[in-house]
Amino acid sequence: MKGLLDRQFENGGVIITRVDDLLNWARLSSLFPMTFGLACCAIEFMSTGTTVYDMDRFGMAPRATPRQADLMIVSGTVTFKMADRIRQLYEQMAEPRYVISMGSCANCGGPYWQHGYHVVKGVDRIVPVDVYVPGCPPRPEALIGGILKLHEKIRNESRVKPLALENLLQQNG
Amino acid sequence: MDNQKIGDLLSTVATVEVVKNTSPECWLVPATSIAEVCQLLYHNPATYFDMLTCITGVDNGPQANAMEVIYHVYSIPLHQSLMLKVVLPRENPEVESVTDIWKSANWLEREVFDMFGIAFKNHPDLRRILMPADWKGYPLRKDYQHEETYRGIKIDS
Repeated sequence: MKGLLDRQFENGGVIITRVDDLLNWARLSSLFPMTFGLACCAIEFMSTGTTVYDMDRFGMAPRATPRQADLMIVSGTVTFKMADRIRQLYEQMAEPRYVISMGSCANCGGPYWQHGYHVVKGVDRIVPVDVYVPGCPPRPEALIGGILKLHEKIRNESRVKPLALENLLQQNG
Repeated sequence: MDNQKIGDLLSTVATVEVVKNTSPECWLVPATSIAEVCQLLYHNPATYFDMLTCITGVDNGPQANAMEVIYHVYSIPLHQSLMLKVVLPRENPEVESVTDIWKSANWLEREVFDMFGIAFKNHPDLRRILMPADWKGYPLRKDYQHEETYRGIKIDS
């Protein structure tokens, strides 16, 4: 009896596809987020990892080091004291790397927009952001929505050469 | 120990005056004798304020030209709370540290220093606690003006 995949692909075990499509599929199916949280949004991020929402079904396993992570979920308020650390963590991640800005604080400063002398008004002032997830805090469903949006973005990518290191070297002369 | 008795006791070391309409009761203490008053309240068996729960700062603004430091103390065995208040000038405000009486004063005084720039004499480690070490200014002062940027990141508030 033939298995499910054999019935799907009746062509001698050969699939023809574009290299970009294959790479993108591999990347988006195993986005490893960095274990890292800043405020109350981190609680929702943690909930997203629980059995109820099961982040693992997207192939997402939290990694404890930026060297092994593809995705940084900025979950919470970015203070000036933390800003340097975030930038450093981002620079330590290997390319291709992605950033999800989760919640109002990380998007634009949120409730600290006025009189928030200690808050960076949006994490996009420090690192480039791919997807913004609105909410205060966003529910796990909203974060999953953001992750699926990121999947869409990765699916249409055509990028072979990592550029960040060159850019960084150029910036620092 | 009731209000009157605490007043009498405090009067033995400093000229104190009661602040009206507060709960718990609050005594205005001269800034120079706060350490002495705290020693007395801590060691006297009749008061025995063994816990310092909070130190806060208040900036009354350039017009009033005064800053305040408010100490909240509590006696666990006697179930009694008390506030102590000192008034300081806005130029170079300075007051004696109470860290050698209550260890909890260490971080509380650092916070007041960080937010208001009030110096605590004889504090073992008076550094900023919340803001970054190279931050300019004291954010909770009424006349605080933030810098344009911090390490190249724009500040707007």
